[in-house]
Amino acid sequence: MTDQIFATNSLDNVVFNEEGFMDDASAWTPEIGEAIAQTLGIQLTDRHWVVINFARNEFETNGEAPTIRRITKNSGVETKELYALFPGGAAKIAAKISGLPKPTGCI
Amino acid sequence: MKTFLILGAGTGGTMVANKMSELLDPDEWRILIVDRDETHFYQPGFLFIPFGIYGPSDVVKPKRNFIPPNVEMILSDIEVIEPEASRVKLVENNRVISYDYLVISTGSHIHPEETEGMVNGGWHENIFDFYTLKGATALSRFLKFWKGGRMVLNIAEMPIKCPVAPLEFIFLADWFFHERSMRDDVEIIFTTPLPGAFTKPRASGILGGILADKGIDLVPDFNISEVDSSTNKIKSYDGREIDYDLLVTIPTNMGSDVIERSGMGDELNFIPTNKHTLQSEKWENVWIIGDAGNVPASKAGSVAHFMLDVVVENILRHMEGLAPLPKFDGHANCFIESGFEKGILIDFNYDVEPLPGKFPLPGLGPFSLLQESPANHWGKIAFRWIYWNVLLKGGEMPFESQMTMAGKWA
Repeated sequence: MTDQIFATNSLDNVVFNEEGFMDDASAWTPEIGEAIAQTLGIQLTDRHWVVINFARNEFETNGEAPTIRRITKNSGVETKELYALFPGGAAKIAAKISGLPKPTGCI
Repeated sequence: MKTFLILGAGTGGTMVANKMSELLDPDEWRILIVDRDETHFYQPGFLFIPFGIYGPSDVVKPKRNFIPPNVEMILSDIEVIEPEASRVKLVENNRVISYDYLVISTGSHIHPEETEGMVNGGWHENIFDFYTLKGATALSRFLKFWKGGRMVLNIAEMPIKCPVAPLEFIFLADWFFHERSMRDDVEIIFTTPLPGAFTKPRASGILGGILADKGIDLVPDFNISEVDSSTNKIKSYDGREIDYDLLVTIPTNMGSDVIERSGMGDELNFIPTNKHTLQSEKWENVWIIGDAGNVPASKAGSVAHFMLDVVVENILRHMEGLAPLPKFDGHANCFIESGFEKGILIDFNYDVEPLPGKFPLPGLGPFSLLQESPANHWGKIAFRWIYWNVLLKGGEMPFESQMTMAGKWA
């Protein structure tokens, strides 16, 4: 089941799944990232973009959104800062804004 | 003479040693297994130790008892694995072993030092793990004399070995305090980084309901940032604080240090492994069984058992120049102790979450899936005997490695 969110113009025609993750990561653009962040009440800064760019790169290399530990071990952003940047579930929120599927760290 | 080397003589490595010793021609192959520890721990039994149901002697036996005589067992730490050179360096006598095939079964271990403040102050005083014999035994002594208060069970980070163990601990604790007529004096709180009681949605709902029925508070999405043992509080990254009198923790689980030293692991030292063939993603003569790898299956002995036939068949195929078969489906099968001499059984794989039904015989059981029953409890108790006498020796079990939908209600 999918539904569309029309929060801002940049999100017209962007398809999300029922948990709010983009259906098609390849359709993502930085503008879409900005718009998703806005709907989540987050104003993106340079530090956010460090995480977003890292997450996009990881996805292109591994086909998965990175877990919190992968982000903090390899991106230069520490855990406390990461939670402050993306409140309410750092890896999940970062994946949403980066247009990636839900991280699969949990088994 | 060719060399078949196994690193780690736990559940996975021991099973592989037994199978391979039957299958490889002794005139052509030598089989070696390396472990730093002489003692084999029956890890599922650790859960029962805090409550005095098992003692330390119930869960240990010499590893040597389970290694066949035609396999050379070497007691040593491993200094480094050099997969590019197909070579392993041991600490003992600086021995170097070149291998033709390598099976890695070095497991996963707890790292309480990964959480700030966890091991300072209260460690093994009013903060305990039960994933080590030492932690479980220390907790048993504590519980014997505890007068009650607030017990917090915390999962630091996923993935963890045996993701049902924390729930079982809570169910058994609830029972233990009832039996001692002190349940009213104990508040039980379960904090988890997961959004619910378990990793899979349908089981999470049912298990969450059982927690609520037993009067246990579930605190989801709790990512622990710090333990303050001066004030007995745990704190989360999003600023929540929870007081405890007794903190039982499942610390961060990581693969073995040697995997990190050898540059073979991911951020938690788990080895990137093909989730269907169990071959290393990088080196074709390296294979991984059990929880040393990063496959998205439960890190549990039953999973290692279901991996066994697949990894053995694929190694033999590789020796014949054939491509490995993608036969591992992530099958896991877990008895969950729920207290009061009852248990719950769950059976699932990569694609199918735990469902209700009967197991292993469709419609008959004797075990009930995803609901409490006394038979499930007795199955778990009997499992210790099966583990020592059948499973470790690579013996046949009465069900297939691949999960079946027969007997399940989708």
